[in-house]
Amino acid sequence: MTTELTRLSAAELAGRIHARDTTAVEVTQAHLDRVAAVDRAVHAFLHLDARAALSAAAAVDEGLRRGNPPASPLAGVPLALKDVFTTVDMPTTCGSRMLQGWRPPYDATVTRRLREAGVVILGKTNMDEFAMGSSTENSAYGPTRNPWDLDRVPGGSGGGSAAAVAAFEVPLAIGTDTGGSIRQPSAVTGTVGVKPTYGGVSRYGLVAFSSSLDQGGPVARTVLDAALLHEVIGGYDALDSTSIDAPVPPVVRAARTGAAGDLTGVRVGVVSQFRGEGYQPGVLRAFELAVSRLRELGARVVEVSCPSFDHALPAYYLIAPSECSSNLARFDGMRYGLRVGDDGTRGAEEVMSLTRAAGFGPEVKRRVILGTYALSAGYYDAYYGQAQKVRTLIIRDFAAAFERVDVLVSPTSPTTAFGIGERVDDPLAMYLSDLCTIPANLAGNAALSVPAGCSDDDGLPVGLQVMAPSLADDRAYRVAAAYEAARDAADGGPLAYRVPALEVVVR
Amino acid sequence: MTAALMDYDEVLERFEPVLGLEVHVELSTSTKMFCGCANVFGAPPNTHVCPTCLGLPGSLPVLNRAAVESAMRIGLALNCSIVPWCRFARKNYFYPDMPKNFQTSQYDEPIAVHGSWEVQSADGSTFTVGIERAHMEEDTGKSLHVGGATGRIHGASHSLLDYNRAGVPLIEIVTKPIVGAGRRAPEVARAYVTALRDLLRALGVSDVRMDQGSLRCDANVSLMPRGSSTFGTRTETKNVNSLRSVERAVRHEMGRQAAVLASGGEIVQETRHFDEATGTTSPGRRKETSEDYRYFPEPDLVPITPSDEWVARLRATLPELPWQRRARVRAEWGLSDLELRDLVNAGALDLIAATVDAGALPAQARSWWVSYLSQQANSRGVELADLPITPEQVARVIALVGAGALTNTLARQVVNGILAGEGEPDEVLAARGLAVVSGDAELTAAVEQALAAQPDVAEKIRGGKVAAAGAIVGAVMKATGGQADAHRVRELVLALVSA
Repeated sequence: MTTELTRLSAAELAGRIHARDTTAVEVTQAHLDRVAAVDRAVHAFLHLDARAALSAAAAVDEGLRRGNPPASPLAGVPLALKDVFTTVDMPTTCGSRMLQGWRPPYDATVTRRLREAGVVILGKTNMDEFAMGSSTENSAYGPTRNPWDLDRVPGGSGGGSAAAVAAFEVPLAIGTDTGGSIRQPSAVTGTVGVKPTYGGVSRYGLVAFSSSLDQGGPVARTVLDAALLHEVIGGYDALDSTSIDAPVPPVVRAARTGAAGDLTGVRVGVVSQFRGEGYQPGVLRAFELAVSRLRELGARVVEVSCPSFDHALPAYYLIAPSECSSNLARFDGMRYGLRVGDDGTRGAEEVMSLTRAAGFGPEVKRRVILGTYALSAGYYDAYYGQAQKVRTLIIRDFAAAFERVDVLVSPTSPTTAFGIGERVDDPLAMYLSDLCTIPANLAGNAALSVPAGCSDDDGLPVGLQVMAPSLADDRAYRVAAAYEAARDAADGGPLAYRVPALEVVVR
Repeated sequence: MTAALMDYDEVLERFEPVLGLEVHVELSTSTKMFCGCANVFGAPPNTHVCPTCLGLPGSLPVLNRAAVESAMRIGLALNCSIVPWCRFARKNYFYPDMPKNFQTSQYDEPIAVHGSWEVQSADGSTFTVGIERAHMEEDTGKSLHVGGATGRIHGASHSLLDYNRAGVPLIEIVTKPIVGAGRRAPEVARAYVTALRDLLRALGVSDVRMDQGSLRCDANVSLMPRGSSTFGTRTETKNVNSLRSVERAVRHEMGRQAAVLASGGEIVQETRHFDEATGTTSPGRRKETSEDYRYFPEPDLVPITPSDEWVARLRATLPELPWQRRARVRAEWGLSDLELRDLVNAGALDLIAATVDAGALPAQARSWWVSYLSQQANSRGVELADLPITPEQVARVIALVGAGALTNTLARQVVNGILAGEGEPDEVLAARGLAVVSGDAELTAAVEQALAAQPDVAEKIRGGKVAAAGAIVGAVMKATGGQADAHRVRELVLALVSA
C-alpha cells in the first residue's frame, strides 16, 4: 500500500488526498518510509524533519476534514527542498561547511509559498557547495548517488533534489538553476526539471551564487507535476526587485493541452551548435529519436544556428564567478556560521581569513578567486565587460531564433551520468556538462529538461532540453508534455519506473 | 609627533590650494535604503535590523522610493541634471561593520550630475562651487572599539558592532575641484558645508547633525605650486565633525603639505584623521596596497529611470531655497547688504524668517535673535540654530508681549525657562507665575491698599501733585512682585484718587 503511494505522481496523490481516499499523513509517512529505506544508499537528503512534515500533513488533513477546500492543487503532497532556500524550522547549509547548522531566522518566499499551499516539506536536499558544480560531489557532506547507478553522479548542483525524485523518495522537489543545476541533474536522473524565466520565481531567501543567473524551479517525474509546482512557487514578489510583475504563464493548462499530443503547426528549432565533438553518441541518437517524435506529433522542425552559443561557457565562467566572489564575501565568521581562529589573540581580518580558508571547499575557492581576478581594476573590461557583451549577443541569438521558431531543442547535457570521482580533478570536463544549459541562464529565458529515454550505449537516462522565450514558459511545457505522452505511449510507461529497485541494494 | 607647519602667508605665496569636498548626508527617511527597518538614531544596539540590512544569506534589497526622491530633490536644488537612467553598483571590501562585505552604492552612474552652488563667505563675497555629482549609497554599521585609549582601533582589546545604522540611506555630494579660492580656501570650505547644511535642512531631507554623524565631510586638499596648472597629490581628511573643524582641517593640511613640499618631501596619497582637540591631522591606517573595490553593477536591483514627469513633479516640491529666501527677505524687510550679511553670518536669517512665518513682525523677530538669543548662544558656546528654542516659540513670546501679557523683562524670563527645558512659552509663563497682572480688579485692590497705607501721598496727588503718584505706583509694583503693568497702575492711581 505505502509503496504504491510513492509510485504515484503528485497530481494523482493530490487527487486522492483531496477526495479523502487517502490522507496527507499516510502519503507523507509512505514517503518517509521510502526515504528511510533508500536514502542511506542515495544520500539525497541533508536534513529530514519527519515530525514537522507529519504535522504539516495533519494540518492539511484537518482542513479537508472540516470541509475546507485544499489550499492549492498540491496540498498534502510531499516535497524536498534544495538546501539553498532558507527555512526557519530547518538548517540551511548550502552544502557548505561554512553554514553547518545555520538556522535562518526567516523563510524564503519559495518556502513560504510552499507552506501556504499546504505542500509538505520533508527536508532539505544535498547539493554542490553553494550550488557550484555539476555532480553534487562538491558538497561538504558527501556526494549524492544516482539512483540509476549508485556509482554515478546524479548531476549537479541540485543532485539531491533530482535523485530524491528519481528514487521515489518524493514526487516533487525544488532546485535552483544558475547554469543548468536543475536541468542537467534532471536529464541524468530521468526526471523533469524546469528553469523558469528569470524573475518568474522569487529569489528572496535563495542563498545567492550568481544573482543575475540564479533561478528556482520545480523538479518532478511528470511535466504536469512540474507545472503544478511551478504555479505554486511562481509569481511576483515585492521582496525581490528582479521579480517580474506579471501573471505566471499558464503552464498547467499548457501541460494538459500538450498531453493531448498534438503539436501541429508548432515550429521547433534544433540548435545546430549543440552536437558533434564531445557529445556521447548514445545521447545524440536519443536526441534524434526525440526530434523525430516531435515531427510525428505535427511539429515543423528546422535547423537553427545560434553562433554566439559557442562563447556561452567562457562568458558564464566569468560572470558567475564574478558575482559569486561578491555574494560569498559575507561569509566571514563575524555574524553567523563557521568561525575559525577566534582565540583572543587574532584580529578580525585574520579570523575572517582563517574562517574562509576552512569553510569553503576547493571549487568555491576556485570560483571566488576567478571572480575576484575578473573584477579587478585593469581586468574588468577584458573579462567581466567582454562576458557581458557575449551575453548580449546570446540574447540576440535567442531573439533571432524565436522569430523563426516557437521553441528550441537540444540535448540537455552532452553525456549521461558520469562516474563518481571521474571529473573531480578536471574542472573543464566538469564545466562541459552545462554546455547546452548555460545560454538560457545568460539570456534569462525559460528552459526545461524532459526525459528522452535512455542512451543505447550505457542504458542511462538522457534529457531533451526545450527552450522558450522569456515569459513563454508555457510553450516549453506544451511541447514537453506532448513529447512525454508520445514517449510513454511508445515505451509502455514512464521512464521513471525503470529505475532500479534500490531497497535491495546494500552498501 | 607634530608635523611642521608652514606659515600661512608663505603657503599662499608659494602654492595655490585645490580642494575637493565630499559630504555624506544621512537621509531622514522613515525606513532604511533597502529594507523596511526604521531609520532612527540612538536606539539600543541591533534593535532595528532584519535579514536584509544584516546581509543574511538569501536576503535581497528593495530600493526605498522616498530615498530616491530625496536624492533627486537634493540634485535639483544643487542645480544638477537628473540622469534618465542610472544604477547601483557593488563596492567590494571586507570590514566587520559591513554586513555583506560590499556596499551597495552608485559608482559610475550617479543619479545627479554637473551642478553648481554659490556660497557666501563671512565677508559677504560669493564663491561658486561646482558639483560633480550626488549619488545614493547605504551606510555601514558602527564599530565601537573597546579597551584602547583613543577609541580608535589601535590598542583596542575588542570591538562591538551595532548594525542599526547599516543600510541607512546616504547621499554623497562631491564637488568638482575647488580652485582659485586662495587665502579664502578654508573659509570657502566651511561656507560651502554651512550652505549645504542649510539647504538640506530647508529641503527637509536630513537632520543634518554633524555631531550625530548625519552630516559628514571629508576634505580633500592638495597644493599646486604657483604658476603650475597640475594638481598636486591630495590627502583626504576624515572625522571632520563640525563646521569649524572643516575650516581648521583644511588650513592645517595646507600648512602641513606646504612644509613637506618645501623641504623636498612628497605628499603621500592617504586618508588622514582630524583631531578636534589639537586641530591637527594624522595619517590613518596605511594600506600596503591600493584599494581595489572591484565595482560591478548590482545585479539584485533594477536600473532607476526617472521620467521627465517625475523630475518635474519633484522640482515643484522644492521649498524656497536659502539663497532665494535671502533675496526675498532683503527686499521685504528693507535690509541693507551689510545688515543682511550680519544676519547670515550670525546664522540668524533662517531663524528670523521662520519666526516671521510663525506670525512675528520682522523687526521684533530680528531683535530677539540678534540680541538676547545671540548672547545666550554665545554664552553657551553653541550655534544660534542649536539653541533649544524654536522660531515658533520665539514668535509666541513676541505675541504674548504684544498682547500685554508679558513685559519685555518678563519675556526674557520666559525665554530663559524655554532654554532651560521648562516647556512651551505659555507653560513657562504659568509655571513661573510671570503673567502681567493686568486684571483691573486685582490691580484696583492693590492700588486702593497702597493709597490707604499712604493717605498723605494720596492727598498730595489730589492736590494736583501728579508726580507723587510715582510713590504709589512703586508700592503697588513692590506688592505685586514687579508683575503689574506699571503704565496701567499709574492710570488707576490717578483715577481712584480723583474718584
